[in-house]
Amino acid sequence: MKLLPSPLVCRDAVELVSDYLDGTLSRRDRRRLEKHLAACDACQAYVEQVRATVAASGRVGPEDLPGDVVEGLVNLFRQYRSDN
Amino acid sequence: MLGGDEAAFSELVHRYHATLVKVAGYYVKSHASAEDVAQDTWVAVIRGAEKFEGRSSFKTWLLRICINRARTLGVKEHRTVPTDPRESGPSVPPSRFNSGGMWSDPPVPFTDTVDARLDNSVLVNAVRDAIASLGEPQLAIVTLRDVEGLSTEEVATLLGLSEANVRVILHRGRAKVRGIVESAMRGTKI
Repeated sequence: MKLLPSPLVCRDAVELVSDYLDGTLSRRDRRRLEKHLAACDACQAYVEQVRATVAASGRVGPEDLPGDVVEGLVNLFRQYRSDN
Repeated sequence: MLGGDEAAFSELVHRYHATLVKVAGYYVKSHASAEDVAQDTWVAVIRGAEKFEGRSSFKTWLLRICINRARTLGVKEHRTVPTDPRESGPSVPPSRFNSGGMWSDPPVPFTDTVDARLDNSVLVNAVRDAIASLGEPQLAIVTLRDVEGLSTEEVATLLGLSEANVRVILHRGRAKVRGIVESAMRGTKI
């Protein structure tokens, strides 16, 4: 006889969200979470927030670098090319 | 590889330098050391000390050079690499749940607070700041996985961690970023 998975409370559901979004939850945990989400607007909102956070992370562009860092490296590049 | 093209090299530095510093920071003791490692990485690229043979993506190749150098310096500095994901607490402060574990202070989707027509630049900026405030190992792992878009497997291989470990650290990092962004969004006037 299979044991029925215990229902999730919100406090435990939030701990599964990252793996859920990455598709790496076990089938059992995925079912438990999806069952919980179907009945919980707040946790749906939480999942949406994490999903939006991950999506926005992928749109974070390169940082502005201090000019001297780039200049120093480009000078090194120039010097090396002229020596070789 | 760079064909002597200064502009292309400069472009690569702009694109990847900050990422190299963040990832090096996982292994070494200070920001200054991480900056040194990133610079050494570029020097190795310029000198052709490491040949890019196209077996991996350029990004992965560059990161591997950086990580090898950072690991060597980290050993010299006797730095203990923070790999233990248990160091953090719960994803959401317990005060936001009632005694039964249900939300007492529920989250609101960001889409309700940020006007989608703004192209979500408010959200992207908030996320950038939140990621920058992370400590290691979360900073390196969130940067590689979510900012640079590497797979969990690639991140695990590069950092010499198990995929399970990467997933736990990533989970903590994402939860932290979400929390910081949520606080920032609550104070945002659209």
